[in-house]
Amino acid sequence: MKNTKKWYEYLWIFSSVYLVLGFVNILFAWIGMICFMLPLVISIMKGSKAYCNHYCGRGQLLDLLGNRFRLSRKKDIPPFIRSKWFRYGFLLFFLTMFGIMIYNTYLVFADVRELKEVVTLLWTFKLPWSWAYTIDIVNPWVAQFAFGFYSAMLTSTVLALITMVLFKPRSWCVYCPMGTMTQTICKIKSNGKLQ
Amino acid sequence: MDQKVMEKSMRKARKKAEVMQSECVACGSCANVCPREAIVIVHGVYAKVNEDLCIGCGKCKTACPASIIKLEVRDNEEY
Repeated sequence: MKNTKKWYEYLWIFSSVYLVLGFVNILFAWIGMICFMLPLVISIMKGSKAYCNHYCGRGQLLDLLGNRFRLSRKKDIPPFIRSKWFRYGFLLFFLTMFGIMIYNTYLVFADVRELKEVVTLLWTFKLPWSWAYTIDIVNPWVAQFAFGFYSAMLTSTVLALITMVLFKPRSWCVYCPMGTMTQTICKIKSNGKLQ
Repeated sequence: MDQKVMEKSMRKARKKAEVMQSECVACGSCANVCPREAIVIVHGVYAKVNEDLCIGCGKCKTACPASIIKLEVRDNEEY
């Protein structure tokens, strides 16, 4: 039985602060790249899902809200969500949306399009977000990427919270694109080692 | 020990956790809650239960977001 808490068990604070900072200044969204790159680096270098298992602040936050604050119904997730076609399909969809976001950033970089100060929630709802970008201190494309990246982070957080309430606290982990991607990398790396 | 409590713990001890490995997403929720540290994530692909350490408490079953852990009754010789 674990008695003392380790430093990484408090990473839910990092995730919470990150979400709040996006409301203060959109450029903080760039910090989220850590949550994007680190799981990939760990899985490629170490062939493990240590990020999901120990360092994912979002997973810890969902755990805290669902279990400690009893916000989750703790019901079984519908089996189709854990099916391979859904998980890989969602990963493909997420990567496509990410690609579109990168393309939009490029258009702003190439002066083809102007910076759009909006956060797109659930890939549909465009929320005005100009109050989080008041001082022009960076190139417009840097800000455009921040708006796009924060949209992806906020959208995934909203989905994670909905499934946390409806099903089990960490239901998001079942279809998390990063989790699917890192598990696939681990599968490829461990090919032959598994029974 | 109270007879009822004794019977309950005996019933639990007869069980063990089993993971449907092909469906596992290797999130580690089960390993994090296991009081005996009987679960490991193998190569980041699936969770594996050490049957010798498992006491069949069912905490992993409750925590598993994919609901792919079942409590199975141990065979007589195991028990």
